[in-house]
Amino acid sequence: MSNLQSQDYIRISATTTTPPSARNWEDQVSKLIDVTRCIGCKACQAACMEWNNLRDEVGEFHGTYDNPLDLDPHTWTVMKFTEHENPKGDLEWLIRKDGCMHCEDPGCLKACPAPGAIVQYANGIVDFISENCIGCGYCVKGCPFDIPRISEVDHKSYKCTLCSDRVAVGLEPACVKACPTGAIMFGSKKDMTDWAGERIVDLKSRGFENAGLYDPPGVQGTHVMYVLHHADTPGIYAGLPENPKISSTVEFWKGLIKPVALAGIAAAAVSGFLHWIIAGPNEVQPEDEEEAKHVLQANGFPEAEGRDHRTEHQA
Amino acid sequence: MDLTRRGFIKLSGATLATSSLGALGFGGCGEAVAAAVRPFKLTHAKETRNTCTYCSVACGILIYTLGDGAKNARSDIIHIEGDPDHPVNRGTLCPKGSALLDIVHAPTRLQVPKYRKPGGTEFEEVSWDWALDRIARLMKDDRDKNFIAKDAKGTTVNRWISTGMLAASASSSETSYLTWKVARSFGMLVFDNQARV
Repeated sequence: MSNLQSQDYIRISATTTTPPSARNWEDQVSKLIDVTRCIGCKACQAACMEWNNLRDEVGEFHGTYDNPLDLDPHTWTVMKFTEHENPKGDLEWLIRKDGCMHCEDPGCLKACPAPGAIVQYANGIVDFISENCIGCGYCVKGCPFDIPRISEVDHKSYKCTLCSDRVAVGLEPACVKACPTGAIMFGSKKDMTDWAGERIVDLKSRGFENAGLYDPPGVQGTHVMYVLHHADTPGIYAGLPENPKISSTVEFWKGLIKPVALAGIAAAAVSGFLHWIIAGPNEVQPEDEEEAKHVLQANGFPEAEGRDHRTEHQA
Repeated sequence: MDLTRRGFIKLSGATLATSSLGALGFGGCGEAVAAAVRPFKLTHAKETRNTCTYCSVACGILIYTLGDGAKNARSDIIHIEGDPDHPVNRGTLCPKGSALLDIVHAPTRLQVPKYRKPGGTEFEEVSWDWALDRIARLMKDDRDKNFIAKDAKGTTVNRWISTGMLAASASSSETSYLTWKVARSFGMLVFDNQARV
């Protein structure tokens, strides 16, 4: 499906070089999280930490099943539990696996000022290349899902890689493999969309008339999709955004102002160079010195006479 | 450093211009393009099939070890995941199974037989020979004392119900068969192992 070599990039942060497009026919991958089949066992969380060699500090109990409470540099995926009372008055336990959505139009990548710190492969995976990361935190602001976390140890940003190292050798991500109920599936985006369709038909036949697929168009779709029993109100699933969009500030500064500013810098450089060629440098003439002396004397600085003004501020 | 005001402004301008070159696309973009994914860590790791020790579901696992088994290399388990060819779990694992790596390397893991004397407060390390001899001695004594050959009606029953056996979950059909045969040949009735599941 993909070998994720450098020829596979389709987007690179803060880089004007056109990415190589040697592989322009490549299947887009997708992870499908079927919230309706999840039992909240956290096998995905354990498998993620095991594969990625991450070990979080043992935290504290907060009175909920969420453990840890939120994503952090050592926790790239976390189960979020919501007790939802439906209009019939029944309790529904909604369990959503939170983590990077791998947007087709990634806000983190758009916001990133470090060349090559965030890349998108032709198969759709958005990956952080840590050695290029400068830890500025723009990706956190750029993300519509509030996913990246900055490590306090090495000041670099971390998030789910969709196990790009496993996918590159033809394996499914670690969380997908571990899931004992088949709530996490992996395959081409088309196959996952088709499979989600079957699930939705099934769910609708069992009374969940608002069952649907979460593949938000505001970020041109995602490479991690959810099957929700209540797709009309994604917000009840621990604040899943209804219509996620890249922040307008990021779009304005990085989309509109940045090219204009770069053009301005280039224009200043070019006009400066042209001025130097055509008009030459601005030099101090003897008559300028004379005039300066007159001005100083007129203002009561007779001692200024004979001194070179250029040596006055030597360190 | 001997720097005039004019020189300082020149230097600042030059620095700004140089750093702007990167933004304009003259910088280290080639390096950025050359970056690649984290190398796959299991390429030449040795893969060993086994059974998860946690519960009686007995999921199949693949254990990956560092090194290729060469004489001078010391093997060490670096990763464990589900066995996709195993009919029980077909590659999946529960959270405990997914975290087996840390069980294997846990500093609190029991690796040698330990014995606490009657009335003692501390466990002490003992040899396998000593432990097995002692277990055999105590079993024999108890069986000699409490074995029931015939019930009240005189029917032969050959029961030994004062000692029980609880065997591990991670065993093959063959191991389970043998465990069963051994326990039953003692006349043991209080008995549970993987063969029941």
